[in-house]
Amino acid sequence: MSTKIFVPCDTTALAMGADEVAARIEATASARGAEIELVRNGSRGLFWLEPMVEVETPAGRIAFGPVEEDDVEALFDAGLLDGETGHPLCQGLTEEIPFLKKQQRLTFARAGITDPLSIDDYRAHDGFKGLENALKLDAQAIVDEVKASGLRGRGGAAFPTGIKWQTVLDAPAEQKYIVCNADEGDSGTFADRLVMECDPYMLIEGMTIAGLAVGATQGYIYLRSEYPVAHRIFDEAIARAEAAGYLGDDILGSGKRFDLEVRLGAGAYICGEETSLLESLEGKRGLVRAKPPLPAIVGLFGKPTVVNNVLSLAAVPFILDKGGQAYADYGMGRSRGTLPMQLAGNVKRGGLIELAFGASLRELMEDFGGGTFSDRPLRAVQVGGPLGAYLPESQWDLPLDYESFAAVGAVLGHGGVVMFDDTVDMAEQARFSMEFCTVESCGKCTPCRIGSTRGVEVIDRIRAGENREANLELLTDLCETMLDGSLCAMGGMTPFPVQSAMKHFSDDFKR
Amino acid sequence: MSGFSEWTPQLIQDEIDALKHKPGALLPILHAIQNRFGYIPSEAVAIIAESLQQTRAEVHGVISFYHHFRTSAPGSHTVQICRAEACQSMGARSLEAHAKEKLGVDYHQTTSDREITLEAVYCLGNCSCAPSVRIGDRIHGRVTPEKFDKLVDTLTTRALEVK
Ligand SMILES: Cc1cc2nc3c(=O)[nH]c(=O)nc-3n(C[C@H](O)[C@H](O)[C@H](O)COP(=O)(O)O)c2cc1C
Ligand code: SF4
Ligand code: FES
Repeated sequence: MSTKIFVPCDTTALAMGADEVAARIEATASARGAEIELVRNGSRGLFWLEPMVEVETPAGRIAFGPVEEDDVEALFDAGLLDGETGHPLCQGLTEEIPFLKKQQRLTFARAGITDPLSIDDYRAHDGFKGLENALKLDAQAIVDEVKASGLRGRGGAAFPTGIKWQTVLDAPAEQKYIVCNADEGDSGTFADRLVMECDPYMLIEGMTIAGLAVGATQGYIYLRSEYPVAHRIFDEAIARAEAAGYLGDDILGSGKRFDLEVRLGAGAYICGEETSLLESLEGKRGLVRAKPPLPAIVGLFGKPTVVNNVLSLAAVPFILDKGGQAYADYGMGRSRGTLPMQLAGNVKRGGLIELAFGASLRELMEDFGGGTFSDRPLRAVQVGGPLGAYLPESQWDLPLDYESFAAVGAVLGHGGVVMFDDTVDMAEQARFSMEFCTVESCGKCTPCRIGSTRGVEVIDRIRAGENREANLELLTDLCETMLDGSLCAMGGMTPFPVQSAMKHFSDDFKR
Repeated sequence: MSGFSEWTPQLIQDEIDALKHKPGALLPILHAIQNRFGYIPSEAVAIIAESLQQTRAEVHGVISFYHHFRTSAPGSHTVQICRAEACQSMGARSLEAHAKEKLGVDYHQTTSDREITLEAVYCLGNCSCAPSVRIGDRIHGRVTPEKFDKLVDTLTTRALEVK
């Protein structure tokens, strides 16, 4: 009987050598005459263990990690194929690893368990049940289910998804579009990438349901060019879904049509902003559009368009399968459901942590993360990407929900958590925030384009000790100008990390 | 070996013709050209403009807006270093300094033997195993200066001149 062995194929596993490990496992098995079935599964998102090799046993899957190529022989010697757990890299039963066991995985329920491209695997784990239900409902009933879930957009702005869909449903037009925002530009985030690499049919299903809900027959996924692995896997998933009748002109024999196409971005952070993204999809420079009109009314090629983040759309199959209420049962206050957080940077156990809203940042960083990678004291945390505030220890007990964060001038954004130890120079981080804005500004408005350039210069002077007090005051004013006078959040939020660094880490601006 | 083809006006036209029926075809066309030839030759601008019935200024404006598109030939290998926050927290700043010194070039420059073009990138989605580097379509995690040297050395047959 052959033993099933799993070696993940997501970007991080590959970046840590998964292909080499897989090849070595196959070679070793064949040299020893052992029969194995090697599956390239998605990642569970336990990134400090990647490449995390799993072996199927009667008791469940047993994990080993992080496995290097040169560990393979010893793992075989230690009885890898017989489910022996004596090797030092053995983590025990995968499902019992605390980092995983303590999570509430709704969106990431399948990630790492299945072969991402296997439609059979997807179906065996509740795949396409939401779509089957949606095909029995009228458009309004689908939108109502999403409204009942309380789902708010996971791309950053946290706008209620059901209300956005209602606007598009109510807009009369021959042609409407579903656009999936897979630009995931925030440092410290990779949840969208994981969906596309580890469970691509979930996103295909979510977009198809969105199409049925608002009457759109064409969907585009705007994917950043920095994600070559996601691109390859997702394109293949679309082709297979088409061949199996889940996409195309007659979805599951319903007579309804929905087509999908991936479009690649080209290395511009601002194209994650939804109107800039639409300009880019139209083949133009990614200049931000003034709102109104909302994309829901005048969107892609002037037509009503749903623009949603990957995670928002990926939550939809669960909602249509188990019901909006089942999703809303998780969470706190007006933040319903689960939020996939991403723990990154200087962290011992980094990865994907999906939890109901309401856990604290400290739980995430200490219980899940195990502190810093460097073993030095943790000093600052940036939550919500490059436009998110830096939080000092006094704010680590905040519950993770949109309103609690907003109350202290911080954002949850797309759920990225980047940890820094005590070697960080916060004035240097503030400078980078401004520098990033100079590089990525679309250039449409002066406070953002010129303000950020001036911001870099002023911080340089402060760091050099030139007229420090006067320049700190100038920086404060500059931040106010950018906050008030920018058309979009690029210029309007770049001050968040800068102001929080000045406020909570003021010593760093005086040395 | 770069794996890129030499461009000719006809080959560029072929890439355009395969895609120009798509709505919003310009970005897919630019990607196709750069994937095949390594960059977007200045002569391509006029051909694209003509085919899509846009002005050259419009096409040029789009090319220059996006960091990904380049208008001169890269070296055989493109090495991108992540400069974003999660990588910074794990030593990306010293890694980039090391890389520039090792290769003797700054960002957007190519080594004198035309082997390696160095580029900056802002996040590769590998932020839990930082710092990250991308070489071609391969991403590498936990890249220390030593690991960087090894990666680069396997790319080049000749030893690089260290300044
Ligand atoms: C500068 C900037 C960058 C953004 N980047 C992204 C991104 O990469 N991915 C994303 O989903 N939303 C991003 N957004 C938010 C989008 O504009 C938009 O709110 C979102 O795609 C809507 O989808 P949702 O309602 O599902 O969140 C960005 C916004 C700004 C201002
Ligand atoms: S704030 Fe910056 S990125 Fe946003 S529209 Fe203005 S110039 Fe463009
Ligand atoms: S910040 Fe470098 S990979 Fe994400």
